[in-house]
Amino acid sequence: MTEVLFLADLTVIKPDPGLIFWTTIVFILAWALLGRFAFRPIQEALKRREDDIQSSLDEAKRAREEMANLKAENEELLRQAQEERAKILKEAKEAKEAILSEAREKAQADARNIVNNAKEDIENQRLAAITDLKNQVGILAIEVAEKVLRKQLDDKSGQEQFVKELVDDIKMN
Amino acid sequence: MKVEFKKVTLLIALLALGFSFGIAQHDSPADRMEEEGHDEDAKELTTGDHAGHDEHNTELEHGESEEYDPVATVMHHISDANEFHVWKGVHIPLPVMLYAPEHGWTFGLSSMFHHGHTAVDGYVLNHGRINRVQDPSFPKGEVEVGHIEHHVEATPDGDSTDVYYVTHEGNEYKLDPPSTLDGGMMGGGITSFYDFSITKNVFTMILALIVLVLIFRAVAKGYRKNEGKAPSGIQSFFEPIFIFMRDEVTIPMIGEKHYERFQPFIMTLFFFIFFCNLMGLIPFFPGSANVTGNIAVTFTLAVFTFIVVNINGKRDYWEHIFWMPGIPAWVKIILTPVEILGLFIKPFSLMIRLFANITAGHIIILSLIGLIFVFGQNGASPGGASLGAVIGGAFALFMNFIELLVAALQAFVFAILSASYIGAAVEEHHHDEEAPHVAH
Repeated sequence: MTEVLFLADLTVIKPDPGLIFWTTIVFILAWALLGRFAFRPIQEALKRREDDIQSSLDEAKRAREEMANLKAENEELLRQAQEERAKILKEAKEAKEAILSEAREKAQADARNIVNNAKEDIENQRLAAITDLKNQVGILAIEVAEKVLRKQLDDKSGQEQFVKELVDDIKMN
Repeated sequence: MKVEFKKVTLLIALLALGFSFGIAQHDSPADRMEEEGHDEDAKELTTGDHAGHDEHNTELEHGESEEYDPVATVMHHISDANEFHVWKGVHIPLPVMLYAPEHGWTFGLSSMFHHGHTAVDGYVLNHGRINRVQDPSFPKGEVEVGHIEHHVEATPDGDSTDVYYVTHEGNEYKLDPPSTLDGGMMGGGITSFYDFSITKNVFTMILALIVLVLIFRAVAKGYRKNEGKAPSGIQSFFEPIFIFMRDEVTIPMIGEKHYERFQPFIMTLFFFIFFCNLMGLIPFFPGSANVTGNIAVTFTLAVFTFIVVNINGKRDYWEHIFWMPGIPAWVKIILTPVEILGLFIKPFSLMIRLFANITAGHIIILSLIGLIFVFGQNGASPGGASLGAVIGGAFALFMNFIELLVAALQAFVFAILSASYIGAAVEEHHHDEEAPHVAH
């Protein structure tokens, strides 16, 4: 076996100017071509897309917040409306009761008035009737007196009898 | 912090697993082929394939290295090459561009060397790599050459080094390997020529570039087509990776304010390294090149990071390097040289980390496959070869999965560290933060 000097044979550790030259050219080409046609457009596209996604997410978040706000607002409105309704209902009930009681009071008052009036009328009529009766009794008394007077003139016993009868009649009345 | 780390780790694991399915399909036939094939082929491979391999280069070496040399084989497989070895005798030729200061440019296809049998303008293909005869007396044009001889020679420093000679008309000519920029530190150095060819590594890098461009064009198209819609198809596969890299790497490391400017760079680093790593794990054409395990590649990538970091360094960054605020002057005198060193150590560590991780992985897998030949005792023991195939195959399969993780992890680490260096460069310190910052 040939004795070989390890390091001397390791040609890869000896920089070859030709290889340096070509590596330079190839790398510059790679840098220029890939940078110009691939890496820069890719990185811009990625950035654009990420900004897009971010702004979409932000927008979604904002929309969600708006929705939440809207919902809260709606609930507030609903609550207010319900309160209003309850208030109106309560007022209406109160008004109804007020009207009812007023009407009832009025009816009672009316009834009372009517009764009072009726009582007054009755009283009046009773008074009138009594007056009338008094007048009638007066007239009757006068008539009786007249007749008695007339009978007295005819017969004394008869007159007495008659008076007696008349008195009985009056008593019966 | 701990939770963050856990998350990151988990995601890396998932990422690696996600890709392992795609690659496992490519990988398994080869593994099976190797495992099954080697049982019968072990003998043939060691004597036939390996020798056949060498026969293109030299019969002399063939003669002297009849035995299987695991180190040489592994080193040969992780090295760059000027042609794509597909299988026994089948090579895909690659374009050749060579420059020698004294000769000028030479262009062609690697097939013109006839795997080492023909020299063109003094260039010879030696073990898949082009070498050059410096001697001016060597004939120009296409010349038939003989064997390539391998000698181990002593260097002036007392080390030994491999030297290759090509024979032509009875004469031996010394071969120069291509120039390298290590200044002799790693046994290389400037030689008589430079190799600017489309080598196996360059080919794989270009392929990775094409695949990346095609894939990411489709992904980018998905974003245009599905604007405002959910992602679909290939787009939805790469989107999580892209988003992971953005949310775990670029934004936290560089900061919300500056990350968009640097993201294409970090992404290119990540995906380029990742795809090169994955291509390196495919054991056959068009993969198998050790791209990111070559220091020239990782060096270049680290230099890119270094340049991007320091071009974008703000006043605060330079102030923290040259005159760290909030500490006594005598500490500053110590700290400033350390910080200046750190300026270079950071990209240097990036370079070494990626290179060492990928090369080590390739060496381990190749060594495990090499067990077949070691246990087979160079073809003498088919039973041993079978044992080696079973053991080596099982371990290689396991290592391949580890390497899938490493492929993703090292690309990720390179990217995240580059991002953190950039982040430190563009960061603007607030004065109320300085005190705790220094306290660290």
